Amino acid sequence: MSAASDVGYHAQRHARWHFGEIAFWVLVLACGFLFPSRYLIMTDIVRLALFAMSLDLILGYAGIVSLGHAAFFGVGAYSAGLLALHGIIAEPVLALIVAGLAAMVLGFATSFLVIRGVDLTRLMVTLGIALLLEALAERFSNITGGTDGLQGIEMQPIFGTLAFDMFGKTGFFYSIAVLFLLFLFARRVVNSPFGLSLRAIKNNPLRAAAIGIPVNRRLIAIYTLAAFYAGIAGALFTQTTAIASLDVFSFERSADLMLVLVIGGTGYLYGGLIGAVIFRLLQELFSTITPQYWQFWIGLVLVVIVLVGRERLHRWALFVPNLIIKQVAGRKAVIAVPESDA
Amino acid sequence: MTSILTNLFDGVAYGMLLFVLACGLAVTLGLMNFVNLAHGAFAMAGGYVCMLLVNKSGWPFFTALPLAFVSAAAIGVLLERTLYRHLYTRSHLDQVLFSIGLTFMSVAAVDYFMGSSRVFINLPDALQGQFDFFGVGIGRYRLMIIVICGLLTVALQLILAKTRFGSRLRAAVDDPRAASGLGINVPQVFAFTFAFGCGLAGLGGALSAEILGLDPYFPLKFMIYFLIVVTVGGSSSITGPFLASLLLGIGDVAGKYYVPKMGPFVIYTMMIVILIWRPNGLFGRTAAR
Repeated sequence: MSAASDVGYHAQRHARWHFGEIAFWVLVLACGFLFPSRYLIMTDIVRLALFAMSLDLILGYAGIVSLGHAAFFGVGAYSAGLLALHGIIAEPVLALIVAGLAAMVLGFATSFLVIRGVDLTRLMVTLGIALLLEALAERFSNITGGTDGLQGIEMQPIFGTLAFDMFGKTGFFYSIAVLFLLFLFARRVVNSPFGLSLRAIKNNPLRAAAIGIPVNRRLIAIYTLAAFYAGIAGALFTQTTAIASLDVFSFERSADLMLVLVIGGTGYLYGGLIGAVIFRLLQELFSTITPQYWQFWIGLVLVVIVLVGRERLHRWALFVPNLIIKQVAGRKAVIAVPESDA
Repeated sequence: MTSILTNLFDGVAYGMLLFVLACGLAVTLGLMNFVNLAHGAFAMAGGYVCMLLVNKSGWPFFTALPLAFVSAAAIGVLLERTLYRHLYTRSHLDQVLFSIGLTFMSVAAVDYFMGSSRVFINLPDALQGQFDFFGVGIGRYRLMIIVICGLLTVALQLILAKTRFGSRLRAAVDDPRAASGLGINVPQVFAFTFAFGCGLAGLGGALSAEILGLDPYFPLKFMIYFLIVVTVGGSSSITGPFLASLLLGIGDVAGKYYVPKMGPFVIYTMMIVILIWRPNGLFGRTAAR
């Protein structure tokens, strides 16, 4: 078997749907029916998961460390809010896509800044863009509502038939549907030759360029796509909560997002999803212990994760599931987090 | 005309302050290649120590300043020995996560112990008010900042360029392996440098309580400013960050005075433009290797 077909074979095997993945999505859907009183928090988790998946696309697959991913989230959130508030596009799904496209345009424009320079410059530029947008949103308070945020947003029914209810049931299933569709697309993208070339770039940009991968163009493409995803997540935020305030741009949002992804693990798409669940549960736990100072514990979790080492932590977390799989199926475990974290 | 000069003077004082606050970061980030976003936390520690000493224990301001330096440096050396040194060889992502975590912890801890409102340090009468110098209004406090920071800058430059320690540090940064082969205790040099940088930040924090405002969110609010100083200034020498701080200080004061509505917009735009134009900083060869 030649090397090329060997790689292709493994890539294809990896891209196939595993039993565990199907079980995961069935479980997610089941949650919607099992906990009918928890729609609001579950919607929140779904939004966060989508947002984290967007960061995973650039961090886990392309190795771009961003401290300002909230910029796209914010643009999506405000676009969706403004579209609904002024009745420009009343239909939520259409508005969602338009908001995503708005973030995408920003992502495309700023990607040229991001691909220049090394890690540090990227950190600064992404952070700077988010801060810049926050300052802009504050400055043009006649459009954005300033520190009060956009108020009085009323959402029209989805497709003109499914109305948003006060328990958040529609919102939850709407968010789940969006998440699943975008997940399918992301899965397709990262398992395509394009996705493989991104991993090559992440591992060694110089070598990737040497074997003929157009590094910069690939990075621009994935950054733009990730911006689109983040914009959708932001738009979902506005549509399901009916508010958009300045804190959508905040640094804390970007920092929390990194924590979500780090908890879940980068580079296999499910990291953001699992991380979002764990993060929200942790946050709930901490805010019941010390309501005002939960940030302290979040910080502690970050420090501990880094000091223990992310790979080691994921090995520990997967030890029991892998043991079970080994015993039951009698073969080597299939669940594994990719070792090469950014 | 005089308002321009007064603004210029304020801007210079502001810039000098930023330099003292950030030059520790220039060393960790630029020379040691460690992304330490928690740098502002050390500044905050110094500021709060000074505030407690002056307001609660009734120490004179000028005696409390060195204490602010010492306490921040002590915290710095403690954290460096226990936590930071494990992370020198790790990826930038790990360093970012770790230092963000530390920042969050410091913010919440100070909020818990000190309350979330802005604190003020009681200044001696000699430092309050301003006097006229050929029609230019000069604040006494700002003049003191310029004097202190100016002296510090000169001292730093001399230490780095002329002393044995300075050459050890530069050697350790250029090639740690070769330096340790020559008998230089590299971890010790780094630890000392780190602690000194933290001490300077603490001193800066104590000085900045009057001008920048000191509250638990200090590390988050000014993180971007410190980073701007270092990335724009580059790290090949002390001069780069120094000039960058001055530029930033003058730009920010002028921006807030002449186009108040644009707020921080001016600074961020300036930073992004400079970083696009020269990704390695205005004055640096390499911002990070």
